[in-house]
Amino acid sequence: MSTTTLLIAVLVLGVGTYALRLAGPLLGDRVALSPQVEEFVALATVVLLVALVATTAFYESKDFAGYARPIGVAVGGVLAWRKAPFVVVVVAAAVTAAGLRLLGVP
Amino acid sequence: MRSIWRTLDRDVARDIALVCLADALVGASFGAIAVSAELPLWLPTLLSVVVFAGAAQFMFVGLIAAGGNPVAAVAASLLINVRHVPFGFTVGDLVGRGWRRAIGSHLMIDESVAFALAQRDPVQRRAAYWACGLSLMICWNVGVVIGAVGGAIISDTDALGLDAAFPAVLLALVVPSLRTPAIRRAALVGAVIALASTPFLPAGMPVLLGLLGAVVGLRSGRPAEPERTSA
Repeated sequence: MSTTTLLIAVLVLGVGTYALRLAGPLLGDRVALSPQVEEFVALATVVLLVALVATTAFYESKDFAGYARPIGVAVGGVLAWRKAPFVVVVVAAAVTAAGLRLLGVP
Repeated sequence: MRSIWRTLDRDVARDIALVCLADALVGASFGAIAVSAELPLWLPTLLSVVVFAGAAQFMFVGLIAAGGNPVAAVAASLLINVRHVPFGFTVGDLVGRGWRRAIGSHLMIDESVAFALAQRDPVQRRAAYWACGLSLMICWNVGVVIGAVGGAIISDTDALGLDAAFPAVLLALVVPSLRTPAIRRAALVGAVIALASTPFLPAGMPVLLGLLGAVVGLRSGRPAEPERTSA
């Protein structure tokens, strides 16, 4: 692939991503959202983030990510639910996954 | 700009610093992967500045390195980034207007949205969004450059458990928002839909499909409307 083609591809991806990011703030400013719609938008963000957590915990592209990762995330989730500090949640998730792999868990 | 850092809660600043460290390491692995796939040095660096979205960048580099069509690679990566549209409606007021909106929109990433969501007070929300976005813009790019130039310093981020850290970061930030049974039900339905559809749909779609969970939550969270009697 030529450098020019690659460069154009990256720039198109950059501009496209920026347009997607700008869409919400621009449209939200033009259209007055009713309280119900605002409530839905807030809920949608929570649902989206949880769906993102679930898919990144269990999958590596389209394949099962192995046991170590979801178990690590689950440990973090339990700690978060019990109101553990953020740093504890994140480090516990990483250490659990890394530790399980060290023990030979895929 | 200085007021962001002055306003920012010290605990939140520490949490952002941890995410910065983790993302810098992932960035370094991204840079190393791209260069080891014999892609030019400028590619991972430019991608990280103009796209600034980890999942889409990994997808793009993976497809290009495998000899994929550039149009298909751009389309697949853009699809992953469609989630920024709903994110934008939530953080639109934090981004501001004019030049702030031009810059602030570019700082819209999973982490900055999640950090904003986790704050109660509107002033703290804005400070957390901007501080996280700006810090990660710097750390992510520094990491990518180090990885691209230095090669495989950290060849296997999985050995450090960093692949579990990203979902754990988002989970820790979103858990306090799961306040009511209706919200929890919506999130559960969304997660199940996304998980069930991942093997069958292109990347990015399953999460968007998970938004159906929000529709379920909205319907179940509100008392049923009384039947309209015909006049």
